Amino acid sequence: MAEEMKAKLKNYKTAPFDSRFPNQNQTRNCWQNYLDFHRCEKALSAKGDDVSVCQWYRRVYKSLCPISWVTDWDEQWADGTFPGRSELAAPPSPASSVLLPRW
Amino acid sequence: QNAASPIMEELIAFHDHALMIIFLISSLVLYIISLMLTTKLTHTSTMNAQEIEMIWTILPAMILIMIALPSLRILYMTDEFNKPYLTLKAIGHQWYWSYEYSDYEDLAFDSYIMPTYFLEPGEFRLLEVDNRTTLPMEADIRVLISSQDVLHSWAVPSLGVKTDAIPGRLNQAMVASMRPGLY
Repeated sequence: MAEEMKAKLKNYKTAPFDSRFPNQNQTRNCWQNYLDFHRCEKALSAKGDDVSVCQWYRRVYKSLCPISWVTDWDEQWADGTFPGRSELAAPPSPASSVLLPRW
Repeated sequence: QNAASPIMEELIAFHDHALMIIFLISSLVLYIISLMLTTKLTHTSTMNAQEIEMIWTILPAMILIMIALPSLRILYMTDEFNKPYLTLKAIGHQWYWSYEYSDYEDLAFDSYIMPTYFLEPGEFRLLEVDNRTTLPMEADIRVLISSQDVLHSWAVPSLGVKTDAIPGRLNQAMVASMRPGLY
């Protein structure tokens, strides 16, 4: 898994087409990759696994997100005030699904 | 300006096609008006004009279809799935653009308009900038456009791209130039 990721990263040119975000508005693409990187890092380091597989998300969000956004979000992450949920699975609750922002 | 990208070529061709239809219709209408104004014939009884009404319903419908089909084709062409070679971010500020190339490392620079008194002879007023953005030709480039403060718009006429720069939103445009040059 890590070797495949290393090979993929060596051939990285730019963030490829993501069919989850086919339209003009790529804001969510940038946000999702940033979130996925941090969730991946958090989940794998909690299990003690190799974190280098998360580098794909890092390359993609670095390509897509403006540097100013990334610096702001990094500060928020360090402060613990980052608005995104940092775990993958949310506890099922009807109230939380109503509050999800619509982009 | 001349087209420098395939999309712009299509847009120019469509524009010529639509303009030709417009000239056709306008000249037909003008001709008919001149005929109406210069005739001595009159017709005041009520008419049953079934045939001509059929013609002037069906004919405009066909003309509109002839305009709509290329238009939709070009519209979907601009949204085609492309494999971008490079990602450029253009961020609008008041009153300059900053460009970021961060596929490998964070390369960012600001690009201000050259004030008129600094221009050399032969340079374009209000179009020259201090740091130009360089892009490879014949490669699909994804341009992500956003803004830091107010609404801006990023456009390159000969490549057929104009996209709004909205704070808090990343708009994607694809750019592919066929020739080297200054755009």
